[in-house]
Amino acid sequence: MAPLLALRDVDARYGPIHALHGVTLTVDEGEIVALLGANGAGKTTTLRAISGTVRRSGTIEFAGTPLGRRGPESVARLGIAHVPEGRGTFSELTVWENLRLGAYVRRGSVRADAARVLQYFPWIESRSSQQAGTLSGGEQQMLALARAVMQRPRLLLLDEPSLGLAPLVVAEIFRIVQELVKNEGTTVLLVEQNARSSLAVSDRAYVLEVGRVAVEGSSAELAENESIRRSYLGY
Amino acid sequence: MAVSQLTRTLVPTIRIRWSAWIVPALLAGGCIFLVVGSIQSSLFAQQTVSGLANGGIYASLAVALVLIYRATEVINFAQGALATFTTFVAWQLLQWGLSYWPTFVLTLAIAFALGVIVELVAIRPVERRGNVLTVVIASIGLLILLEGAVGWIWKPTVRFMPSPFPLHFWHVGGVAFSSQDIGTIGVSIASVVVLWAFFRFTKLGLAMRAAAVRPHAARLVGVRVSWLLSLGWGLAATLGAVAGLLVAPNPSVQLSPSMMDGILIYAFAAAVLGGLESSIGAVVAGLAIGVVLSLLGSYVSWVTPQLQLPAAFVLMLIVLLVKPSGLFGRTTVRKV
Repeated sequence: MAPLLALRDVDARYGPIHALHGVTLTVDEGEIVALLGANGAGKTTTLRAISGTVRRSGTIEFAGTPLGRRGPESVARLGIAHVPEGRGTFSELTVWENLRLGAYVRRGSVRADAARVLQYFPWIESRSSQQAGTLSGGEQQMLALARAVMQRPRLLLLDEPSLGLAPLVVAEIFRIVQELVKNEGTTVLLVEQNARSSLAVSDRAYVLEVGRVAVEGSSAELAENESIRRSYLGY
Repeated sequence: MAVSQLTRTLVPTIRIRWSAWIVPALLAGGCIFLVVGSIQSSLFAQQTVSGLANGGIYASLAVALVLIYRATEVINFAQGALATFTTFVAWQLLQWGLSYWPTFVLTLAIAFALGVIVELVAIRPVERRGNVLTVVIASIGLLILLEGAVGWIWKPTVRFMPSPFPLHFWHVGGVAFSSQDIGTIGVSIASVVVLWAFFRFTKLGLAMRAAAVRPHAARLVGVRVSWLLSLGWGLAATLGAVAGLLVAPNPSVQLSPSMMDGILIYAFAAAVLGGLESSIGAVVAGLAIGVVLSLLGSYVSWVTPQLQLPAAFVLMLIVLLVKPSGLFGRTTVRKV
């Protein structure tokens, strides 16, 4: 079976800075794939290259469709939801409006969708008319996840969902992500600094080093291999 | 030590309460003053209503400015010139024999198209390469270009623009209200309300708000941000066209290439007073400026029409000194 997402020799640059040097990776339908590595290794840039928020070259195929020069709006419409660094919360809008925007590209009523999504985040219902910027960091991360699920994505790109959150909240978020994969059939590409917990929830993992894939393998293998853990993952 | 602790805990709370209540209190006080005054004196009532009519025009143009400011973070200096241009288009349509209300609707459609085209041709290319300042300069250039174009096409003579409202007075008690004033208030408020409802209740309106505050995040959920920016310019130009059509029949203004210049200044004042980001603020401030100037003009003998523009600025300055975010500017919470 062809992979849902395939990157071949993807390069990306920010002006003169060359951030990705030929990244090749695949994500199969229904998988959680972790993308690990140190600061500046190119994890975030890889996600940006997929969603079209950075200029890229090489080939990226999603469900057999080459992404070519598509911009973020168009990639989103193909069924890829990108929760960016900083969560992309519309902090000036209400919680409900944030969810509503997740379903922007679809026609018709969103109430039924919202009810389904809120099963995973029951606390949101009572806070729906609150300004999103007044939520706590963990709540904002969950709102960002809920908004992304409202997009009914086939592929979810998550950029460091654990950043700045308490361990208990991180565990809760990872638990919800696993549930989403199981119940909604979503596929996840997860960027993380936190190698230990992301290896625990993912099926496979890639470790990036200065814009290249240095190591790849099943998450269980990587977690067990002490030399890889020491030299790349730092625990 | 106990005292210093007490003041430390008390003073901030007092400050927060004060700033939260002062604006509503002022507005409520102002409304009571206007109502009581109008019951007491028919001249006062008449001046209030004609002030509200002028204020409605300032308000709709101010909302157009706010609309573009929120999307582009730029004050559109060409807003008035766009309105003048479309009003001349309306005049031309009337000359060709179209009747008033079809002309009105057609003019709004033309204004919308013009706004979209201006954004596509003059603003977007500049914005992509430059910064906010270059866009401001582009809008000033646009102002000069449009005023020149109006003068060149229609010759810079003063023309007569008919009013949509038949000359008629309603007598309530001893007070005569002109249909022109009432109609102007009605149309300007209605157009602002329609726009507000569009932003508040429609999906497209929500997407426009999202694109204005967080363009990058909006693109990630599939919002075509650049297209919505053009749409925003179109809506602003439409609102400006309403203001132009309401202003032009006013005998003290007349249809001329520079007719919106003074009004644009009042609209600036209203937009700034309202906090630049708030359309409700712009409406309230626009109406307030209209009423205050109208009452000052008729009750304070040395406030002549020459002094009205400076008076608006003094008012604006005082408010900005007291509350720099404007009357309705709210501090938004931002967490990263």
